[in-house]
Amino acid sequence: MSGARVVLLGGTKGIGRAMARILSQRGDRVLLLGRDVDDLERSAADLAVRSGAAAILSARCDLADPSTFAGAIAHAEEVLGGIDRVVVTAADFATQEELEATPDRALALCAINFSHTVAFCEHARAALARAGGGVLCVFSSVAGERGRTPVVIYGASKAGVTAYLEGLDHRFRRDGLRTVCVKPGFVHTSMTAGLKPPPFAGEAEQVAAMAIKGMDRGTPVVFAPSIWRWVMLVIRNIPRFVMRRIGF
Amino acid sequence: MLGGWGNLMHPGREVTDERIERLTDGAVLCRGLGRSYGDSALPPPGVLDVATTIKADRFLSFDDRTGELTVEAGARLHDVIWAFLGRGWFVPVTPGTAYVTVGGMVAADVHGKGHHKNGCFGAHVTHLLLRTADGRMVRCGPNKEAQLFDATVGGMGLTGHLHAVTFRMQRVPSPWIYQESERVDNLAAFLEGLRAAAAAWPYTMGWIDCLSTGDAMGRGVLYRGRWATPEEAGRRKTPRPKARVSVPFSFPNWALNRLSIKVFNALIYRGHVPRAKRGVVHPSDFFHPLDKILRWNRIYGSRGFTQYQCVLPRAVGSQGVHRFFERLTQLGGASFLCVIKDCGPQSRSLLSFPMEGISIALDIAINGQTQTIVDALNREVVELGGRIYLAKDAFTQRADFEAMEPRLSRFSAVRRRYDPALRIRSRQSARLLDPADAPATVHSSNHRGVDSPDGPQGGTR
Repeated sequence: MSGARVVLLGGTKGIGRAMARILSQRGDRVLLLGRDVDDLERSAADLAVRSGAAAILSARCDLADPSTFAGAIAHAEEVLGGIDRVVVTAADFATQEELEATPDRALALCAINFSHTVAFCEHARAALARAGGGVLCVFSSVAGERGRTPVVIYGASKAGVTAYLEGLDHRFRRDGLRTVCVKPGFVHTSMTAGLKPPPFAGEAEQVAAMAIKGMDRGTPVVFAPSIWRWVMLVIRNIPRFVMRRIGF
Repeated sequence: MLGGWGNLMHPGREVTDERIERLTDGAVLCRGLGRSYGDSALPPPGVLDVATTIKADRFLSFDDRTGELTVEAGARLHDVIWAFLGRGWFVPVTPGTAYVTVGGMVAADVHGKGHHKNGCFGAHVTHLLLRTADGRMVRCGPNKEAQLFDATVGGMGLTGHLHAVTFRMQRVPSPWIYQESERVDNLAAFLEGLRAAAAAWPYTMGWIDCLSTGDAMGRGVLYRGRWATPEEAGRRKTPRPKARVSVPFSFPNWALNRLSIKVFNALIYRGHVPRAKRGVVHPSDFFHPLDKILRWNRIYGSRGFTQYQCVLPRAVGSQGVHRFFERLTQLGGASFLCVIKDCGPQSRSLLSFPMEGISIALDIAINGQTQTIVDALNREVVELGGRIYLAKDAFTQRADFEAMEPRLSRFSAVRRRYDPALRIRSRQSARLLDPADAPATVHSSNHRGVDSPDGPQGGTR
């Protein structure tokens, strides 16, 4: 579907940047939301120059500050004349060690990744409903599939997002809303810079293309790279006493 | 461990960030896509981190009246080409691969099949934004801070960290290439053919079977090309990027040997039937034939390889070029691919590689003989008044390089003016360029960003 009106929160970096490029180059009308106005303008210029589009719109919206959500969505609705798709790639990340060392840091991460993300999606869902349904694509993580030693808190925040999106799917699908929950494995982005890449590490462009395909088809759950679907199938079925033993 | 395209590994670690301001803060060296063959994009001994710009890849502005395009230093040439070809624009100069960053194209002052007409990439650059060693952001161009500009273009990243590059794109009449190719029997005919083609064609190059000897020495295939007219392009649609395959693992070291190289070269030469071909081809097939195979450097195996590229001045004539190939044959240098190209005049940049004459590029697998071969070839090049290409080099010795580069003292003076403490260095600069009194390690820590106001890089966003 090209020509769609798409709002991206987190489209200036990493996977969001790659998605914004593909969408604007195929003719979708992209609006970028992010917290740094200067960065937004640079990314908007990037999309405009790459796609040859007249201008790409952007507006300030900070996932750490819920007071910016309603205004940002209302603004996007107004300038685009309605919203067909909303993509959320923005999120917070810190290692388990960092989060354990600073409980406030853990609180902030849980707020950004779960409660603020839900609040933003509630605004987005209402706007999508006004345009007749639409697609809500949110990035969760394979880390949310199972409680695991290296990602106790981050994983829990993503498990919440995964459950929320499944619930939305059941509740609003008949009203025309399609939810796409993207579960990337390890992807080489600035979020994961400095971490040791595990097997099956993906690239931002590859995950972006898979997420867009998922949006076009209305696939409720997208594992990216797709090998993670099978890896996680195994991991979900490992008995707890074995998980505990292997410290995975 | 980190290597160049030739897979010679040394201690090193890539650091990346989308925000180039943060990335280059306190950095010792920037690196792009790592397509220089040798040690140009590797940190100097004693330093681990190199600032890889590939995530700072935004296009910043384009003026469709003048064709001026501004991009961040990490923007990929591949992206530039495919964003603009359908709109009637192409880059003024492209090297033999599109998997390079625009910042790297400036640092190596790359040349391509059009050098005899269009010069190097630097000739089309109108502005550079770079962070010099003292942390200042400096704008320079051919008429602004011109000495810094001339040292930066072709300066292998040693004068400062490039943040943004502005250059002029060129209009093309269609997105397709009209190509003629022709089998050539020997070196003299080859040089003559290149010369004749240069007068009429914007793009020329030749592939040589460097294992042929005697009367057939220098036999190969000569390519000429230009942009197809709309009539020639006919009803073809706008070309799309080509599908690619990847070499999935390193070949065993014995896979490329004298015999397999000989067979491969003979196949290319004999396989070119009829003797002369012409027609409209995909621009990637013309400019970047090897890009179809990702990671082709793995065919050399874990031992790695080096590329030897030199340019011999026009004055040496075909006897000079002949002498070079004879020396290569004596040394037993067997190259999988050997590329020959006639170059136009030298540019104003202080360390830019091409000069009026013949450029020769060949791959050499690493073994116990590599240093001896490179040294011997370098001695020929010095005697013939030529020079080597830093972006390919990993083996040249300092004395040979100095003998080839009368321009070196001017470059070093400019570099010293902007970076008196030589904070910006590479493994290559430590080997070839840094003065003997340069401090071995300027930074007390290997970690980039220890003295940056942001503090060490966090994992949040």
